[in-house]
Amino acid sequence: MSITTEPKVVKPYGALYVAEYRIRNMMRFKALIVMVSIGNPFLYLLSIGVGVGALIDSNNLIDGVPYLTFLAPALLANAAIAGGMDETVFPTLHGFKWGKIFFGINSTPITGSQIAIGVFLAAMARVVFLVTIYWIVLYLFGALETSYSWLAIPTAIFAGACFAAMMLALAAKMENDNLFFTFISRFVIMPLFLFSGTFFPLSAMPIYLQWIGWISPLWHATELGRFLTYGREISNQMLFLHVAFLSVILIVGLFFAVRYYTRRLAK
Amino acid sequence: MTTNLIQAHGLTKRYGDFVAVAGIDFHVAKGESFGLLGPNGAGKSSTMRIIAATSQRTGGDIKILDKDPNLHGPQIRAHLGVVPQQDNLDTELTVEQNLFVYGRYFGLSSSFIKNKIEELLDFAQLVEKRDVKVDALSGGMKRRLTIARALISEPDILMLDEPTTGLDPQARHILWDRLFRLKEQGVTLVITTHYMDEAEQLCDRLVVMDKGKIMAEDSPAGLIKTYSTKEVLEVRFGSERNAEMSEKLKQHCERIEVLPDRILMYADDAEKVLEEIIKQGIHPITSLVRRSSLEDVFLRLTGRSLIE
Repeated sequence: MSITTEPKVVKPYGALYVAEYRIRNMMRFKALIVMVSIGNPFLYLLSIGVGVGALIDSNNLIDGVPYLTFLAPALLANAAIAGGMDETVFPTLHGFKWGKIFFGINSTPITGSQIAIGVFLAAMARVVFLVTIYWIVLYLFGALETSYSWLAIPTAIFAGACFAAMMLALAAKMENDNLFFTFISRFVIMPLFLFSGTFFPLSAMPIYLQWIGWISPLWHATELGRFLTYGREISNQMLFLHVAFLSVILIVGLFFAVRYYTRRLAK
Repeated sequence: MTTNLIQAHGLTKRYGDFVAVAGIDFHVAKGESFGLLGPNGAGKSSTMRIIAATSQRTGGDIKILDKDPNLHGPQIRAHLGVVPQQDNLDTELTVEQNLFVYGRYFGLSSSFIKNKIEELLDFAQLVEKRDVKVDALSGGMKRRLTIARALISEPDILMLDEPTTGLDPQARHILWDRLFRLKEQGVTLVITTHYMDEAEQLCDRLVVMDKGKIMAEDSPAGLIKTYSTKEVLEVRFGSERNAEMSEKLKQHCERIEVLPDRILMYADDAEKVLEEIIKQGIHPITSLVRRSSLEDVFLRLTGRSLIE
């Protein structure tokens, strides 16, 4: 071949190259992503927020605010979680199993950790985009009461990041993709969504089910969101606990994601 | 720096109790085309993955470009082009996008990659397919694209794991032609194959592997000279009579191999052997005179044929 005109040095931004590839890949579905990002909150807010809300608000307020206001932060965090999962589970399964492209990437100077982090970063780009749109829709529906309600954007992204990190690790660890879908989505994701104080306060649930909320990043992020969007009363200790819990999940998730990615590639 | 790009001593790879590579020694010189020949499960791919600095050895030593792959994986991989046994192209992206994205992984600038892509599309005969999704390419085209992709960083060593397995004869010949051009340009090639014709065409020097060990090492011609005769006479008597006939045939050749479907008679002049046995009143159902190949070498070394 011709004479090399570029020096061959290993650059430290490997994860960014992987993220660049992932985003390039997402761009193929940009119209769909934009449509879903706008359409989803509209549908949810209209049906449950406004529809179910009218039913509930005519009897009594939940947490002293209209149902739509109560529900909004939960929907925001849940959207972040769903987006974070989508962009980690499928790319991981595709990368290791369906298309084996991670093995191709790993034949270059890129390491397993950089692939894991790159996929994570690209997922976060998607989450940031969809959470921002979601927040705007919530704003248009009048579901946000405080002047600083935009701070719920970062807390929702935080929840998305936690789930993205955990799913990254799990999808890399579980080599059987059928098992992954049947088990994780039915017995983990669904209960977390239903029992995390999403549609009604966690305290309204029987005590033996409340633990599900406690271990769910969705509940912690939703509580932070409620504090920020309508000023739900939460003690400083609890606020700290919510942030600490999410931080631990994020760090542990990323730690294992990097570890499982590296191991599976070296097999 | 030595002229050997790869140098291995007692290289070993174990997966639990299973020994995939059982302490092998080999080296690859700059500009050389080096082959690993052996049946499936011989340890070729495991060896390749160690050279590619993606799988860690469990014993022995190996230096690639004077570096230890267990310690300097990314630095070594920056100089390698890897064509895996199974294409792992991104089937959702176009031909051009695949090349571009891959170039980025090496940290190459967009302008460098764009120029390089033109050269590689031409080389891989994929100029017209540049905007086509990989999904829509034929097996041979995918293979050529994978090779082009491996060349994007102008590697010092190009590694090809079973480059033509699963391709039809025409696609194989196109691919061989492309690889031969690279060889002429002085690119160092490391190739695994279980096709002896491929090894004979592409490799300057090769090792024959079986059960994780190296059985022999030489040029293709050298191996044939050492382990076989110039020619082979293949005769068939029908599967039931082969064993019985071999007793009578033994004395007419240097060495005899009885396979389930045919008998191989090794001699420097196989035509003469055929004449002789016919004179003795032995009439095989079919007979074929051919040159010795690496298949015969392998049979001699292991008592088994390459493709089972």
